[in-house]
Amino acid sequence: MVEIRNVSKQYGSKNVVENVSLRIAKGKITSFIGPNGAGKSTLLSMISRLLTKDQGEILLEGTEIGQCKSSDLAKKISILKQTNHITVRLTIRELVSFGRFPYSQGNLTKEDWKHVDEAIRYMELGDIQHKYLDQLSGGQRQRAYIAMVVAQNTEYILLDEPLNNLDMKHSVQIMKVLRRLVDEMGKTVVIVIHDINFASVYSDYIVALKDGKVVREGTTNEIISAQTLKDVYDMDIQIEDIDENKICVYYA
Amino acid sequence: MKAKIIGLTIVAIVLIAIFMMIDAGGNWDYVLPRRLKKILAIVLTGSVIAFSTLVFQTITNNRILTPSIIGLDSLYMFIQTLVIFALGSTSLTLINKNVNFLISVVLMILFAGLLYKWLFKREGQNIYFLLLIGLIFGTLFNSLSTFLQLLIDPNEFLRVQDKMFASFNNVNTDLLIISFVLIIAVGIYFWKYIKYLDVMSLGRDQAINLGVNYDFVVKRFLIIIAILVSISTALVGPITFLGLLVVNVAHQFMKTYQHKHLIVGSALISIIALVGGLLIVERVFTFSTTLSVIVNFIGGAYFIYLLLKENKSW
Repeated sequence: MVEIRNVSKQYGSKNVVENVSLRIAKGKITSFIGPNGAGKSTLLSMISRLLTKDQGEILLEGTEIGQCKSSDLAKKISILKQTNHITVRLTIRELVSFGRFPYSQGNLTKEDWKHVDEAIRYMELGDIQHKYLDQLSGGQRQRAYIAMVVAQNTEYILLDEPLNNLDMKHSVQIMKVLRRLVDEMGKTVVIVIHDINFASVYSDYIVALKDGKVVREGTTNEIISAQTLKDVYDMDIQIEDIDENKICVYYA
Repeated sequence: MKAKIIGLTIVAIVLIAIFMMIDAGGNWDYVLPRRLKKILAIVLTGSVIAFSTLVFQTITNNRILTPSIIGLDSLYMFIQTLVIFALGSTSLTLINKNVNFLISVVLMILFAGLLYKWLFKREGQNIYFLLLIGLIFGTLFNSLSTFLQLLIDPNEFLRVQDKMFASFNNVNTDLLIISFVLIIAVGIYFWKYIKYLDVMSLGRDQAINLGVNYDFVVKRFLIIIAILVSISTALVGPITFLGLLVVNVAHQFMKTYQHKHLIVGSALISIIALVGGLLIVERVFTFSTTLSVIVNFIGGAYFIYLLLKENKSW
């Protein structure tokens, strides 16, 4: 379990994240939703130690993450940011093999390559595994990065807007993979996501943030309600039940 | 990959052999030790510069930077100018070469150390900020040197000018041995960080995700770069011009992300460039031009060729 206690972060004098306390349940998908500038990505970056927090504590299985060795954390928690600009030219397979660095420090063993093969198969990248990243479409590239995270084989997987710039088909594909990671492999997935319908259909818990504070958190059913969404987004959103899924209609 | 490295090694050895043998005129006892000294200096500084530039480009994630941006070259020139300005050009012959070398090395490392210390005191400083500050200091030292050069006697200015170009002609044997030992010692100490280079080429976020203690490792690398560049610059003069070219050619030629291959490859290319360049300077132009001109001209042309070829294949 990840426990966040009174965490704050300032940029200059602006509070980006203000006194946030949260518990992230194990073995579930938790989505962070909220308008732009709500502090979702900042919070996620602090959980994954990419950013330092100004105040508060973040406990991973009861231990403050600042106290853990970075190389040990890399075996427990992984993060994928929304933009991944890499200057070196890599094939998918080479990229995925980087996911084993925390275990092998660069000298991959047979065991490591088994994990790499598995991750590639899991993400259905077998046919194109020797292609270079710059030859791929956005959806393929995103799958390649997720394959790297799968190879890293951490219990907690954090993703910052994994559906950014993807079309509907690829978005659904990615979300289904995340669902499978949780259901079949028992991972804990935390995502920052803008499309509230994807959040509604695929996540177990939702945390709604606004202006650096948690407005509401709870199960998907509790959060996806017209009143809560109005509090978060300042707009009237109609909610329809379609095949047991709650779909938000906000286009008009 | 192996074939490429073996190929480069053979070219390097052949060039070195030619350099050693050509026009010896039978005076082996006189010629060989002198040439051997040059070759050692070349192998040493060439590899060091290739290595520092490669590491520097990896940690900054930028293929067009060289360590000269933190201002070490300019500082070296400033120290040399200052010595001549304050003590006159005769001092250079009076002051022991070893003393000059030691002063230069110590001052450059001290400068880099202060720069880093001051910058890393505040947590979360980004590496580009360091480069910016280094660039400004570099410009400051440059301007100071130019100013002093305007004031000194034209004859003394000629002595300064000599120092502006890398030269392998007057390398002191004692210094060569000292540098060699220093560089090997530094290399052994930092060897364990080499494995992080591949991961760091993925950028800061991925490196941290994969468990690299990023800020700490970057600091270590910046220190090793400062020490290595200082030693090689004090030994033969400003020579970082070579790095940019050599490392980019190595990337294009080796086509790999693995630094264990890139380090060897770029060091070999660097040696080839220097020995080949020196051969042309000494035998074709009979010292009427400088090494940096030759290396930059041929290397630049080759680099453009690589880029054009790459363009077509895509």
